[in-house]
Amino acid sequence: MKYVSLVLISHSEEIVNGLKKLLNQVQPDVSIAVAGGNDGEIGTNTFRIKEAIESVYSEKGVVILFDLGSALMNAELAIEMLEKTDRIAIADAPLVEGAYIAAVEAGLGKSLDEVVRACEQAKQMVKVER
Amino acid sequence: MAFGVEQAKRWMSIINDNIQQQKEHLTELDQAIGDGDHGLNMARGFQEVVEKIASANYEDLGSLFKDVSMTLIAKVGGASGPLYGTAFLKMSLALAGKKEADDKEMVAALEAALDGIKARGKANVGEKTMVDVWEPVMEFLREKGSMQAKEAALLAKEKMEHTKELEAKKGRAAYLGSRSVGHIDPGSASSYLLFAALAEALEG
Ligand SMILES: Nc1ncnc2c1ncn2[C@@H]1O[C@H](COP(=O)(O)OP(=O)(O)O)[C@@H](O)[C@H]1O
Ligand SMILES: [Mg+2]
Repeated sequence: MKYVSLVLISHSEEIVNGLKKLLNQVQPDVSIAVAGGNDGEIGTNTFRIKEAIESVYSEKGVVILFDLGSALMNAELAIEMLEKTDRIAIADAPLVEGAYIAAVEAGLGKSLDEVVRACEQAKQMVKVER
Repeated sequence: MAFGVEQAKRWMSIINDNIQQQKEHLTELDQAIGDGDHGLNMARGFQEVVEKIASANYEDLGSLFKDVSMTLIAKVGGASGPLYGTAFLKMSLALAGKKEADDKEMVAALEAALDGIKARGKANVGEKTMVDVWEPVMEFLREKGSMQAKEAALLAKEKMEHTKELEAKKGRAAYLGSRSVGHIDPGSASSYLLFAALAEALEG
């Protein structure tokens, strides 16, 4: 694969489905997998996250973005269950803005490190000038 | 003390009974400082655990706790899923190949479980999480060097109650800041039930 892939994790299935739609509109070439909710309820699920990672895995790399704290624990656990883990990175970034930047950067053919660094900048982004 | 597959199954079954009984209570605790799903999460998870292990035959404690772990990870949802899932995964590794655990091995396995919880959640004592029960209980057992499960359960209860005074720094309750003070931490309450069940399982 030419591009870094994205995995979006949220406690809500609708959040990541909607976010994926949004990103596809901006950047249709980047592979994006979602893991939202737990058995149709609010929550996150390790095995679903694992499947999402596997579904878009490439040597180019996978960047994972998540919403709230416990999603991180499930994401880390999912990665520990995988065999090849060196090309998978969890980004410390707000989900929506971070994923937007990640999709744009990945679409430009940037490396995994570059995509992660770029989307982590989203934390410092000023959204409202005062 | 002999802790074998039989005792482990009994432990899980008593945890499940405790949790089903306290489901509403755990839910109320989580409604106060979280999202109110802890009772449901735990009840769903341990019900599945009991069903999964009841009919299976286990050669060793490791494979039993592996099933417990994977079931909790798959079914619990919420922070407590990966936390308890990791705890039992570490226990399963510590007890791999063992048909029975003696006191020392049992304490070591529980110690590994605590290490797993801390590695997963990055919480320390005083942050109003289940670590506030696990850490002092393990300190006590480590010091005694034997499975004094009854005393451990009493201590767990005391430490659970003590979480009322703490301000949450980890998990969902941390979003409440100082408003989290005055409520028992739900994960500490379920951890107490786990230690109480262990004491009961070892008694009979
Ligand atoms: N980082 C953490 N480290 C240790 N325990 C934690 C952490 N985050 C949450 N917990 C425990 O999990 C409990 C909440 O579990 P639960 O309600 O099932 O998950 P959620 O908060 O995702 O809804 C808390 O009461 C606390 O004891
Ligand atoms: Mg909860």
